[in-house]
Amino acid sequence: MTLLMNSKTSTAEVRKYSTRNLAIWTVAWTLGVALATFGAIYLWDNDPTFSIIAIIITTLLGIGMIRANIKFLMSQDELQRKIMMDAMGIALGTALVGGISYSMLDTTNVISQDAEISYLIILIGVSYMVSILIGNARYK
Amino acid sequence: MKNRLKVLRAENDMTQAQLADETGVSRQTINAIEKGKFDPSLPLAFRFSKLFNLKIEEIFEDEN
Repeated sequence: MTLLMNSKTSTAEVRKYSTRNLAIWTVAWTLGVALATFGAIYLWDNDPTFSIIAIIITTLLGIGMIRANIKFLMSQDELQRKIMMDAMGIALGTALVGGISYSMLDTTNVISQDAEISYLIILIGVSYMVSILIGNARYK
Repeated sequence: MKNRLKVLRAENDMTQAQLADETGVSRQTINAIEKGKFDPSLPLAFRFSKLFNLKIEEIFEDEN
């Protein structure tokens, strides 16, 4: 019983740490994206050297965020992990099918504007969040 | 998979939250297992077994 109680304390601490770690990396990557996008316009007047440096930094921050996300997933309990993995699968499928359809709408000139990746990212985010809500409701 | 977790928890005067704390999972997971909506992994089943001092097959029963 004591052994189990010690392991539960460390599990809770690991979960707390990995959640905070993921939040920090996500904020850092978001700031990196903002810097690379708006810095070229407002800070270094589209100088390619600064843009390349900013994009490399953002990519490295993105890799850090992915690693933090993996650690976060591993720190979750098995049901929470299942709900998240199911949601990721649905988000990936939705992105693939929705993204290809959206791209075809553009290439066949059914829609007047160009297909923007930002819409795809919104689709991924929304489908992931909806899937998480449905998963949590299913196992409530 | 059927299980006796709810009964064992009641016999040991434990809440779902206490059992969740003891086994390192969330209360939601305990609730889902008790209702038969989610089957636990083997390591988690062993943690229940150790906690209640019973064999796994005395806690879980295959419905097939």
